[in-house]
Amino acid sequence: MTFDLSVPSQLSGALLPDLVMMGGAMLLLLWSAWRPESERHQRNVGFLSIGLCLVTIAVIAVYGTRHYTATDGVVAVDAFRWAADLVVLIATMGCIALSIEYNKREGIMAGESHVLLLLATSGMMILVAARDLMIVFLGIEMMSIAVYVLAGLNRRSPRAAEAALKYFLLGAFSTAFLLYGIALVYGATGSTNLTAIANTVAKHSLSSSPMLMIGVALLLVGFGFKMAAVPFHMWAPDVYEGAPTPVTAYMAAAVKAAAFAAFLRVWLEAFPDLFVQWHLAAWWLAALTMVVGNVVALAQKNIKRMLAYSSIAHGGYILVSLVIGNAFGGSAALFYLFAYTLATLGAFGVIVALGESGEPNLEIRSYSGLWSVRPSMAVAMAVFMLALLGFPIFGGIGFFAKWYILKAALQATSPQPKLAIVLVVTSVISAGYYLYVVMVMFMRPREEGASVPPVCGPLTRGVIWASAVLILVLGIFPDAIAFWAETSVPHATVTRANRTMPVLYQPTARSQ
Amino acid sequence: MNSFLQSINYESWVLVALLAIPLLGAAAILVLRSKSEIRDGPEDTRAKTIAFAVLLAEFIVSMGLWWSFQPGSAGWQAGVDYSWIPMWGIRFTLGVDGISLMMVLLTTFIMPLTVLGSWTSVRTKLRSYYALMLVLTSGMLGVFLARDLFLFYVMWEVMLVPMYFIIGIWGGERRIYASIKFFLYTMLPSLLMLVAIVYLGLNAGTSSGTPNFSYDHLLVAPPLTPHVALLLFGAFFLAFAVKVPMFPFHTWLPDAHVEAPTAGSVILAGIMLKMGTFGFLRLALPLFPGAAMNPTVRMTILILAVIGIVYGALVALVQPDFKKLVAYSSVSHLGFVMLGIFALTVQSVQGALMIMINHGISTGALFLLIGMIYERKHTRLIDSYGGIARVVPLFAALLTFVSLSSIGLPGTNGFVGEFLVLVGSFKTYPVLATIATTGVIFAAAYLLWAIQRILFNKLDKPENEHIPDLNRRELAILAPLVAVIIWLGVYPAPVLRRMESSVEAFVSRVETQSAQTVGLINLAP
Repeated sequence: MTFDLSVPSQLSGALLPDLVMMGGAMLLLLWSAWRPESERHQRNVGFLSIGLCLVTIAVIAVYGTRHYTATDGVVAVDAFRWAADLVVLIATMGCIALSIEYNKREGIMAGESHVLLLLATSGMMILVAARDLMIVFLGIEMMSIAVYVLAGLNRRSPRAAEAALKYFLLGAFSTAFLLYGIALVYGATGSTNLTAIANTVAKHSLSSSPMLMIGVALLLVGFGFKMAAVPFHMWAPDVYEGAPTPVTAYMAAAVKAAAFAAFLRVWLEAFPDLFVQWHLAAWWLAALTMVVGNVVALAQKNIKRMLAYSSIAHGGYILVSLVIGNAFGGSAALFYLFAYTLATLGAFGVIVALGESGEPNLEIRSYSGLWSVRPSMAVAMAVFMLALLGFPIFGGIGFFAKWYILKAALQATSPQPKLAIVLVVTSVISAGYYLYVVMVMFMRPREEGASVPPVCGPLTRGVIWASAVLILVLGIFPDAIAFWAETSVPHATVTRANRTMPVLYQPTARSQ
Repeated sequence: MNSFLQSINYESWVLVALLAIPLLGAAAILVLRSKSEIRDGPEDTRAKTIAFAVLLAEFIVSMGLWWSFQPGSAGWQAGVDYSWIPMWGIRFTLGVDGISLMMVLLTTFIMPLTVLGSWTSVRTKLRSYYALMLVLTSGMLGVFLARDLFLFYVMWEVMLVPMYFIIGIWGGERRIYASIKFFLYTMLPSLLMLVAIVYLGLNAGTSSGTPNFSYDHLLVAPPLTPHVALLLFGAFFLAFAVKVPMFPFHTWLPDAHVEAPTAGSVILAGIMLKMGTFGFLRLALPLFPGAAMNPTVRMTILILAVIGIVYGALVALVQPDFKKLVAYSSVSHLGFVMLGIFALTVQSVQGALMIMINHGISTGALFLLIGMIYERKHTRLIDSYGGIARVVPLFAALLTFVSLSSIGLPGTNGFVGEFLVLVGSFKTYPVLATIATTGVIFAAAYLLWAIQRILFNKLDKPENEHIPDLNRRELAILAPLVAVIIWLGVYPAPVLRRMESSVEAFVSRVETQSAQTVGLINLAP
């Protein structure tokens, strides 16, 4: 069926998955405040939160399989939205599962922490659905404010407080850029609706309007902050390091996925005609992010900081798919986000599993000889590292994710062989730090006096094994996920982008 | 024999079985229970028994190919073709021809021997070690058998991880440095090759954007512009040249060979170095004949090959460490292979293939012998031995014999290959062939001199007077290698006959195709 978004009841129909999520989160919030804080209560709230995510996924599955659509309006009802929702919800469930046991260990009794994750997730669901810059802003704020609180969840840890404050200040700063950008775009085009913006730009050939240019540039900066693209990445390592590990996993996986999905939609749906103008900026953003993220990650000694920089670098790879600027890029980005989410969840799961109360020691060195004391954890971590590296078979779906982006980059209307080369060369650089982790775990002897890490709980183990098995199995049979990604592109762009795409390079000798 | 093979429908399942058997063996080893420390220690013989049995079975299964192979045909034999990832046009396509047949048999022949060679020298984490060896076998065979470029790339990378762990966990003192270097050196050009493969696949694909990576299809796909072909050839060249290794991309090799455990060195030298030259024969030349036969490119590669021959030999001459000496000798031998391939006559390419086989067997045997004496003395320095021929006569006899075959003494396998390469390349490149001949002389110099210092000088070190001689297990490892050395030296005709048609097809294809495109590329500014 097609939702007529101008009718309020149908608009709420289009927003049903989001409403289920938000309503459920509110009820859970009430319930978690109802009882005194206790470990058991915290766990129950956590389980119910996972249940709520499952219900939401069920609703999304119904909407997705029935191919509902909507008239042009404030939100999109398309496969891209459901796909992005699914990635975000999988990440959320994994992080809640991790944080149930993490909270127990760290003595965090507040069941509200899970509800905050749900609230952030509902913000993300709004964000990826948005087809209006005001809704984009609303989604980003809903998501961010909840995550600011989550970063400082552990009140006893000064590092967490620093992380939360830093994240809040820089987040607020970047929001200002975003808002100003939205205002200028509105000023230039007279609308905040993505399709209306695109039509106005095409109709009045606004592609040289300075106001619009500055607006788009400010939007790029605002999104750049949220995606932690270089040079707007400075906050990420400190925040990732200080926040509780499950929250870090959440920021690395879900926040990144939602920000990229929204970014892709805004750029492909609102500014296809400005391709020439933003193309170069995005090109450099992608190249810089890949190079800086990977090179700086080489120097990290703390595993969470290392993964923070690696996550910045992965943002660079995903940006490549944006530079491509067409449907191929969109599906490559979705596929990548899915694979990256699995690997990130797994890697942070291992960090949670091996940590001790207060996480005093997160040096990569402390994993020395892990293979001899916890062989299964070492093997799982090796799989996640190889998946992030993008290695075939042993890194499973991680390889196909990179391959998909490479293929899209060479297949685009304006092929990007140079960016493809940057991608593979920086991938080799990334081998330096991913393999370092593998090397430390397998080839170094256990440090003297190092204690054997405690056995982790069933939930953490479940998250780790589920992601490892999914990575490996989908790494041999990626067809289903590929099909799903290919059919889930931002739908307005498929015809639009192809029609109006200016050809910068011919796929001939010169571009080589 | 043939009727028996036909009755069991051998050709329809053999290649899949060759890839699957080692993987099943690895799974069987990994599910073994290890209840206490001793179960995974040197006392536990289950893992190595399974690994040996599996690889022996693998060898027996693969031997059927020797008989079922039709020597007269240059096409694919025993081919299988399954759909893998239809969305991206990726297929699981396997097959053998005259070029890959010998490589497959070489692999399955050497692998069981390497397991026997690790029998007592590997003493920790046995299950993981032998499981990795088995996975490595599948990966290497996959490279030789793949007929889909994507599959080829996947297999190419799959070999890397087991070898990385084998060097890094069971290797010598500087194993970590060597393993990382090995990994990174191989990975960078491989990824560039992946970009080239994606480009090729898209170029040959359908108009709707589904790529096609089938080797046979790519051979007849619309030609590339010369400039693009040159760049893609460059990516393939780098990937293969590092693996060969050609001068000046060889610096990973001495580290990896020296630090790897004995079995690792044997596999590296015996099989994995051939991946590079095999890549040139299978992919780089047939896919880009114009670029590869461009006079400038061809001359550069030939000169690098000859530099490799002479440089490898000279550096080997001054090595104090016997294992490093053999490692550098590989650079020299593989230079001959590159010379043979790029001289591009039927004889020289056949010779190159023969050297690939011979080098696998002779150098493999040398590394095994070094490993055996190292287990007894825990040193590989040539100077710490001297005159031990009287103490270990069997060892001395075998070391001398294998060294002579590596030098290329007539009557051993080494002679056939180098002779064919020199004769074949003398026709087209007399000067280079003449310079390359000095490599043979240097080879005699460094190996004979080393043998003299180890075996035949005065026995002046008292601690060397009581080294036990080779035991029965060690003789059992070396006996098949010696038999093959003599067989290939005296009667190589069956091997040559099986590769002849494919080599002729290869040479004529590259020659005619490059004749069509030559002149289109002008490298001069």
